[in-house]
Amino acid sequence: MPFVTWLKRHLVVIAGVLTLSYLLLPNVIVTVFSFNKPKGRFNYEWQQFSTDAWKDPCGVADMCGSLSISLQIAVWATIGATVLGTMIAFALVRYRFRARGAVNSLIFLPMAMPEVVMAASLLTLFLNMGAQLGFYTILIAHIMFCLSFVVTAVKARVMSMDPRLEEAARDLYAGPVQTFLRVTLPIAAPGIAAGALLSFALSFDDFIITNFNAGSTVTFPMFVWGSAQRGTPVQINVIGTAMFLVAVLFVLVSMLITNRRNSQKA
Amino acid sequence: MTTTDKSGDVRLSGIGKTYANGFTAVRPLDLTVPQGSFFALLGASGCGKTTTLRMIAGLEEPTSGTVHLGDQDVTHLPPYKRPVNTVFQSYALFPHLDIFENVAFGLRRRGIKSVKKQVEEMLDLVQLGEQARKKPHQLSGGQQQRVAVARALINHPKVLLLDEPLGALDLKLRRQMQLELKRIQTEVGITFIHVTHDQEEAMTMADTVAVMNAGRVEQLGSPTDLYENPNTTFVANFLGTSNLIEAEVDSKTGDDIVLKAGGGKLVLPEARCSAPTKAGGKVLVGIRPEKISLTHADDAGEIPEGRNRLTGKIADASFIGVSTQYVIDSPVCDELAVYVQNVERDGRLVPGADVVLHWSPAHTFGLDAAQDIDAGVETVEEEAA
Repeated sequence: MPFVTWLKRHLVVIAGVLTLSYLLLPNVIVTVFSFNKPKGRFNYEWQQFSTDAWKDPCGVADMCGSLSISLQIAVWATIGATVLGTMIAFALVRYRFRARGAVNSLIFLPMAMPEVVMAASLLTLFLNMGAQLGFYTILIAHIMFCLSFVVTAVKARVMSMDPRLEEAARDLYAGPVQTFLRVTLPIAAPGIAAGALLSFALSFDDFIITNFNAGSTVTFPMFVWGSAQRGTPVQINVIGTAMFLVAVLFVLVSMLITNRRNSQKA
Repeated sequence: MTTTDKSGDVRLSGIGKTYANGFTAVRPLDLTVPQGSFFALLGASGCGKTTTLRMIAGLEEPTSGTVHLGDQDVTHLPPYKRPVNTVFQSYALFPHLDIFENVAFGLRRRGIKSVKKQVEEMLDLVQLGEQARKKPHQLSGGQQQRVAVARALINHPKVLLLDEPLGALDLKLRRQMQLELKRIQTEVGITFIHVTHDQEEAMTMADTVAVMNAGRVEQLGSPTDLYENPNTTFVANFLGTSNLIEAEVDSKTGDDIVLKAGGGKLVLPEARCSAPTKAGGKVLVGIRPEKISLTHADDAGEIPEGRNRLTGKIADASFIGVSTQYVIDSPVCDELAVYVQNVERDGRLVPGADVVLHWSPAHTFGLDAAQDIDAGVETVEEEAA
C-alpha cells in the first residue's frame, strides 16, 4: 500500500496546503478580476484580460476620496486607541485602585456587544448631544471599539513583564523617563504593535458602526457597499489587491528584519 | 583605595520597614558595613534580609531610620542617584538588549559616550568577550549571572548589592561562582553586601556575616566567630548543627561556670556564655557535633581529666566516608549528634553500645535557656525541602 504510506507521511502538508488555499482563494479571485474587462456594470464574469483599471485606479467617481477618508480615520483611530489603550493597560496591571475590577471587565464590553446595537446607541448619543455626524463622530466611534483590542494585547505583554527589569534600570542610573523609554516601552512594544495593527485593520474595514454615524461622509467600505447595488467597478478589486500586497510586503519585511537580526547574533 | 577611606562605608541607623498592611519586614536595626568588606546578610526566607538590601539600593523606602554611604545621607535619594548597584536574584537582564548593551546600560545612562573599551574589558573580566552580541536568553544560567555582575560592576559603585545571586545555579556552578565572586571582590576592592539563605555560601565568601531572623539581626561577626560561639539558639541551629543540653548553674570557679546536667557536671568558660548565670538558673549548654569524642564505656578510664563528659547509648550510626555520624541517646538529652572522623574506627561503636561522650570545656558555649531550643532548626529543613 504505497499510497497509504505516502498519504500518512504527507498528511500534515496536504492539510496545510488545503487550509492555505481556502484562506487565499478569495484574494486570488479578487486579484484575477482586477485584470478583467467586464461588459456590463458588474464585475462578476470573466471577459478578457486588461490593465485598464490598474492604469486608472481613481477612475471611478468618489472612490479615491472615500479611500482617503478611510485611511485618515484608520490612522488617527490607531494612534488614539493605541496611546489610550496602552495607558489603560499599564494602569490596570500596575496600580491597585478603586473600581479596577469593574474597569477591567467594562473595557471588554465593546468587544462583546453586537456591533449593530452599539452603532445604534452611539447614534442616539451623538444626536442627543447635537453633534454633527461626519469624520469626527466616525473617529470617536472607531477609537472606542479599537480600545478594547489594544488594552487586551498590551495587558498580556505587561503582565508577563518582570517588574525587576524596571528596578534594574533605575538601579543603573535611569530616571523614570529613561526607564520607561529604554526598558518598559521596548519590552511592551510587540504588544503595542499588535494592538495598533488590529486597530488599523478593524477601523479600516468597519461598516456597521460607521454607516450609522457617518452622516454624509462616505468611507471606503460604505462606497463598496453602495456601489455593489448599482454595479461594481474593477477599481474596487485593484484597491483590494493593493491592500493585500501592502500587507504581505509588511509581513515579509518584518520577517526579513527578524531573520537578519538572528543571523547577526549567531 | 586605602583602608582609611570611609566613602564606601554603609551605615544603617535605626532603619526599619513596615508595610501599609501592617507587616513589619525589618525591625529598626543598626548596621555598619566597613569599606571594602565582603558582608553577608544570612537568614531564612522572609527574615527581612532582602528588604534591608532593597532599602540600601533605594528600591524600598524605609519607614524609619537613615541610610548613609560614607558621609552622605542617601535615605531619600532615588535608586538612580545612588552610587550603588544591584545584582538581582533573577538577574533581570534586559531581554531586548544584547549582552554588550546590557553591560553598557549604566554607562550610557550617565552620558558616557565611548563605552566600547570599558565594556569589552568588563566582559573579559567575567570571561564573556565572545558572547557580546548574543541576547540574554541565549546564554546559560551561569553566564547570565556573570553578565549581571559585569553590568553592575562596570559602574564602579561604592557598594555592590547581591540578592541571592547564586540561587538559580546548580551546586557545582554555585561553588565555582562563589570563588569567582570572592576573587572579583578582592580584585576590585568594592564593598559587597551579599544576601543569602545558604549558610555555607555566607561562611565561604564573607568576612563578616549578620544572621537575621524575624526582621532583626540575631548576631554579627566573622564566620568562625558565629560558628564557634553563637549567642542565640537560632544562630546555633541555623549555622551548622548544635547539640543543646539543658543545665542548671551550680557554682563558679575562676573564669569557669560549673553546671549540673542530669547527674553529671559540665564546665563552661564564662566568656563563652551569653546568658545570665545566677546560681540555680537555667542555661542551655551547646556543643558542636564534631567537637565531641566518643569512647566505648569499657575504656572510660582512659579519658583525660578535665574534659566534659556525658554517658549515653548509640541509637544510630551512619557511615558517610570521611566521617561517621552517630545519634546518641543520653539521659540528659535524647538525640545528641556526634561526628567522628574515620581515622581509626573502633569496631565496638555500633548501635546499642554504651559510650562516653567527652569534649574540651573550651569548645562549650552557653545560651539563655529562655529561648526556643529549636529556633532555626525548622527553617533550615524548610529551605532544604
